[in-house]
Amino acid sequence: MVAAGILLALIFLAALAPWLVTGASPFETNAALSLQPPSGAHIFGTDQSGRDVFARVVYGTRYSLAVGLGATALALVAGLILGLGAALGPRIVEGALSRLIDVLMSFPEFLLALLVIAVVGTGEANIPLAVALAAIPAYARVARSETVVVSQTGYIRAARSLGVHPIAVVWRHIIPNIVGPLLVMATIGVGTAIVTASGLSFLGLGPQPPTPEWGIMLSEGRNFLATAWWVGVFPGLAITATVIAISTVGRYFRSQSEVALS
Amino acid sequence: MVGVIARRVGRVLLVMWGAATAGFLALRLIPGDPVDVMLGVQAQVSDALREQIRVEWGLDQPPLIQYFQYLGRLLQGDLGVSYQLRSPVIEVIAQQAVPTLQLTAAALVLALVLATSGALMGRGKRMKRVISLLELVVISSPTFWIGLLLLAVFSFQLNWFPVASSDGLASLVLPSLTLALPVAGIVSQVLRQGLDFAQGQAFSTTARSRGISPAGLVARHTLRHAAMDTLTLSGYLVGSLLGGAVLVETVFARPGLGQVAIRAIIARDLPVILGIVILAALVFALLNLVVDLSYRFLDPRLRASRAGVSA
Repeated sequence: MVAAGILLALIFLAALAPWLVTGASPFETNAALSLQPPSGAHIFGTDQSGRDVFARVVYGTRYSLAVGLGATALALVAGLILGLGAALGPRIVEGALSRLIDVLMSFPEFLLALLVIAVVGTGEANIPLAVALAAIPAYARVARSETVVVSQTGYIRAARSLGVHPIAVVWRHIIPNIVGPLLVMATIGVGTAIVTASGLSFLGLGPQPPTPEWGIMLSEGRNFLATAWWVGVFPGLAITATVIAISTVGRYFRSQSEVALS
Repeated sequence: MVGVIARRVGRVLLVMWGAATAGFLALRLIPGDPVDVMLGVQAQVSDALREQIRVEWGLDQPPLIQYFQYLGRLLQGDLGVSYQLRSPVIEVIAQQAVPTLQLTAAALVLALVLATSGALMGRGKRMKRVISLLELVVISSPTFWIGLLLLAVFSFQLNWFPVASSDGLASLVLPSLTLALPVAGIVSQVLRQGLDFAQGQAFSTTARSRGISPAGLVARHTLRHAAMDTLTLSGYLVGSLLGGAVLVETVFARPGLGQVAIRAIIARDLPVILGIVILAALVFALLNLVVDLSYRFLDPRLRASRAGVSA
């Protein structure tokens, strides 16, 4: 857990201030140095254009974390609203939204993201949107079930019978009480979002080279697997390490919040 | 009983209709003229020819008419014609479906085997730690990275398996292993927790006190209970496998629906994309239906409550 925390801190540092972690530039090409194995000068070796792989991995942190956090935040808010609507709305709205959520939940998240890309098109800007939309059903479902539970409680009924306006009830009572589980989901959801985003990029549907992004670095590295394994392996290691760190920290917070609730 | 099945089937049809309609709307929502998409952006085409294409594809009718024509064609099993390949979508999909199915089936079997052995091996304190760690790593790693690693080690360095081919069992090993690992990780966790939970139940203590061995307890009683949890997950699992298949096929350069889908997305070949989406919706809806129904079949407690006996 401590190790995961330290790793996570390092990752955030790499995202916010890459220049502190590495001196090299992720874009500087040097044909003479192409495909060098890991060494003292280049910890992760160089890629086919002579760029320092370590620098590219570190700069790639920025994009992946931004997409992971941004998409998850968007999905959480949208899912919250959708779930509230599905639980509290007028009968027709309730039924329609609930059905919609159930149908969307039966699809795997990656395929949903793929579908969104199919509709809106490929490109760097569309990846966060696709990841966010694919994640929404899960948050919506949890938001809906939590809202249903909370709205049966005594304090909500008391508030309503006291004449508090329904919107105020939602804003001041329901939302604060359902946000907890959603936030816990989100901490692990960020990891999933990062993997989904890099998966879409790996397939060539996102940023294009020479942007330093873990997914496309893996895709390029695939071509050099026989001769220069480091080009593809290290970005993948970065993804795995980030997801493990985030999941571990997220699970820690979840266990803490469960202790607090009991 | 019949009522339950009928309602479930009705839900499947509803989902299918929803998917088809959503797909139709998505096609209409896309900015730009479908004719442009078909011809490619650079094409200089006379207006008369455009009109001809439009009529040929039925795009000149008002949207509502198009919608019903679309539904009608769907019911007959006609998924339209690919913009890019000029052949019926059904053919395109049917040709490429077999390799994907092989891969997914092999991966499912492999995942279950790995997960069961993982769950059964993780009994002792230290083994449990090791297996848990393995599960965590396997679940957190992106599928395509695992594939890359396996390729690098087993194909390129050790030459045990062919690098890029689709014939024969040998070429199926690495891809299905790649696809199976993350799924095996999750199932292993669920199975292990299920086994632990069942072992703590009263019936386990009774069985043991009657002389059944620990192995016998697992084999004849607790495994069945733990497996129920896995059944709940199976919808998600197959979905995960199918989603991962797209990535694995790309990593290992295997032919299959994954390649078809990606090429269609990049080329904005909407009929193919739509065809795959509808097919996927059908598969998932049917799968959920089967899981739902088999649930009642496998768990006697659910059956009993239906008959009016208090559970």
